[in-house]
Amino acid sequence: MIMGMSFVSVWVLNQDSAKEFYTKKLGCEVTTDIKLENGMRWLTVRPQGSTGQELLLMDPAHSMLDAATAEQVRALVAKGALSPGVMATSDCRGDHAALSALGVEFVQEPAVRPYGIEAVIRDDSGNWFSFTQRKG
Amino acid sequence: MTTAPDESALRMLRQARDRIDRDYAEPVGIPALAAAAGYSTTHFIRAFRAAYGETPGAYRTRRRVERACELLRSVNLSVTEICHTVGFTSLGSFSARFSGLMGQSPSAYRVEAARRGGPAPIPGCFVLMWHAGLPAPPEPAPPVGNSAISEKRSGPAQP
Repeated sequence: MIMGMSFVSVWVLNQDSAKEFYTKKLGCEVTTDIKLENGMRWLTVRPQGSTGQELLLMDPAHSMLDAATAEQVRALVAKGALSPGVMATSDCRGDHAALSALGVEFVQEPAVRPYGIEAVIRDDSGNWFSFTQRKG
Repeated sequence: MTTAPDESALRMLRQARDRIDRDYAEPVGIPALAAAAGYSTTHFIRAFRAAYGETPGAYRTRRRVERACELLRSVNLSVTEICHTVGFTSLGSFSARFSGLMGQSPSAYRVEAARRGGPAPIPGCFVLMWHAGLPAPPEPAPPVGNSAISEKRSGPAQP
């Protein structure tokens, strides 16, 4: 039986700055940061205190992709075309204010939607996420 | 291997496009966006089109028209008010651009949307308050937007 997602892959342009962004800005904790034998750096984070799914911050240039494909993926990330999913928040407006003060980019300010309050956030690489507080 | 200058150029273009998405209603000129991204205007327009398939001006027009569609469907403001709310300065150019993209005039679009039975119109003051940056009404509030898709074209269907 499928229980859900345990890891979600997020392509990042630089794992060091992604680690910094996801921990220092978004308040995640690092769950694993190891270098595998094949040269791949396995870097995972998740929200503080969460026991749920982890984000796998992957560098396309050091993944299973060939060099040309990795370059295409990096370009897609850099130009802002990719979205790994939706971040759930308990306080969209409060988090938007706090994260904006830290210099985090938002593409859209919090707005009321039929399903809750939603903003759109970018990470330091260019990935965008819906940033949603679901209607209770 | 990856070419770093290309990625930083793409990053600047992305930030320019995000600014269009965010501040679509503001009279920021394309030359100002180009300058902020570190480009000459001509080079900026060419690079933007290479990355996103249309010029920054066309992208902004599409963004404004898309916002106007949302308002026409859901808010009881007049066409003229909506024209100004989304950043057009003249009703003539608004109608022309809108018709060019949607194949019908703003008022025809509104009539048809109502006939198809969209969400019930809500008081326009909510949108104007939001637009002016005032805090939203306390929960539960009527929806201002329609869906993540209309707001962010390639967005997920539901959170």
